[in-house]
Amino acid sequence: MKIRFWGVRGSIPSPGPNTLKYGGNTTCIEIRTDDNELIILDAGTGVFALSQTLLREMPVTANVFITHTHWDHIHGLPFFIPIFIPGNKLRLHGAFDPISGRGIEHIMEVQLQYSYFPVREAEMKAKIEYETLMPEQSIQIGSATITPTLLNHPVINFGYRVESHGKSVFFTGDHEPHYNIYPPEDESYAEYQSLITEKEKSILEALQGVDVLIADSSYTLEEYPSKKGWGHGTFDSTIELGKKTGAKIVYCTHHEPTRSDEALEKEFEKVLARHPRIEGDPEYRLAREGEEIIL
Amino acid sequence: MTTMTPELERKLALAVEKMPAFPKSVQKILELTRNLDVQPKDLVQVIEKDPVMTVKILKVLNSAYFSLPNKITSINHSVVYLGFNTIKNLALSVAAVGIMPKQNAAGFDIQQYLLHSLTTASIAKQLCSQYAKGIDPTDCYIAGLLHDFGKVVFAQFLPGEFRNAMEKAQADQIPLHEAEKLMIGADHTVVGSMLAEKWQFPKQLVDSIRHHHSAENDETAIWSSVFAANQISKKLGFGNSGNPCIEALPPAAEQFFKNDLDGIIAELGDLSKIHEESKLFSQMEGNP
Repeated sequence: MKIRFWGVRGSIPSPGPNTLKYGGNTTCIEIRTDDNELIILDAGTGVFALSQTLLREMPVTANVFITHTHWDHIHGLPFFIPIFIPGNKLRLHGAFDPISGRGIEHIMEVQLQYSYFPVREAEMKAKIEYETLMPEQSIQIGSATITPTLLNHPVINFGYRVESHGKSVFFTGDHEPHYNIYPPEDESYAEYQSLITEKEKSILEALQGVDVLIADSSYTLEEYPSKKGWGHGTFDSTIELGKKTGAKIVYCTHHEPTRSDEALEKEFEKVLARHPRIEGDPEYRLAREGEEIIL
Repeated sequence: MTTMTPELERKLALAVEKMPAFPKSVQKILELTRNLDVQPKDLVQVIEKDPVMTVKILKVLNSAYFSLPNKITSINHSVVYLGFNTIKNLALSVAAVGIMPKQNAAGFDIQQYLLHSLTTASIAKQLCSQYAKGIDPTDCYIAGLLHDFGKVVFAQFLPGEFRNAMEKAQADQIPLHEAEKLMIGADHTVVGSMLAEKWQFPKQLVDSIRHHHSAENDETAIWSSVFAANQISKKLGFGNSGNPCIEALPPAAEQFFKNDLDGIIAELGDLSKIHEESKLFSQMEGNP
């Protein structure tokens, strides 16, 4: 299995001299199974550069899995070049949206409104298929099994576990660890806490023993209190998750858009100092646009 | 209509979709959500006082789209699973439907219905805490809140027949559900539980709605708590849901409490706080 980062930035594309090293494109991860099945996790702006490399291997079948519908995870989709070329196939997967009452087809319709984008879906020459997924219901893409898990974000967000030929990776999309909405003295505190414990247990089970964990690490511990409830994790929450699940490699991603390469590395150093590695701990890395690992 | 046709079931379910929520919760939700820093717990407390809001949120959560491993039984549960913002936006979309009018063609008093439902819910929760160790009191609360949901559905969509049933119950001093069977062909327990089943609510919730006038049920704790709370609410005159009769506890429920209704009321102690809080919430705007 090969994993390549095409976008690691959160919220908004952030190109410029300050983000040259880690990259300014928003979330997009390419996964290739040993059978060369193409799985793409999220279609932020990073998917544009990825799509250009696909022109060499047409016709392509791209299996795109959307963690959630916020712009930074979908706005590269209309620029996914293979959709304009006959013979290609795009299979788009994602969650049901309880607010609009719509399935994942909604993200194309919204983005392709004529005032915002000049090409209508009917004019796209590739075959586009939509599959709305349900939590914990696995789907098979050739040799790969993909299992969505409901995580915690302002909109429905699926983390995806991708398994193929004995290798596995889990990507959280955007996720904030659950916290109790009641103060400890409230009579509902204990009930809520037990619901959290139950949910956390199911998340850990979904992640158990993955080779690679890629997780939302938007904030530092200092930044977090003023961003509580925004639906993002911290470097520290990612490291804890990695330890608990026995992941071998942990990637921190969804870098805060104003964080420069230098600041990112400085923060990461502090985090690593807080969590010195002991025998059996995962290896911690910063996700970097262009980085590829082979499992 | 002892069983609903799929066509009628679909029509009623669709109608509930368009049913507005109660004035206080709509007003409070609009007020709370104007503030970006709204405290999740404050919003949860409003939602779980409104049967319509609660039904609509549980309906989404338990739908096949999420096929959650465990059925969602409370609003807190739904916040943990779908996240606070999703629940907030669901509540807002319910609030946007409008406000349940106090008057309806059936002459069913919505304010008194809400007061009866809220007090039944709170008393059922308290009974559960006191008598049913190991059962989540929230389950009893929700079961109490929704036990008469079928009546609101009748009032809105079969107003003529429901009016006749209420009048018959009053004139003959018979239980309203008996009068409903005579005038409509099915009672509110059937309609309420069938909708709950269609929306894939947890089985114990469906059953507690279905059997809140039955002499027994497979499950005892929630059923006994709701049965007794319903009678206590009526006996103490907390609201009115159109039923002139107070039923004695069935033997199975008496056995559960090891007491009769009066004994339980004595053991519960002062319920005036529950009454006052519920009254505050059930008030219709401009009609205190």
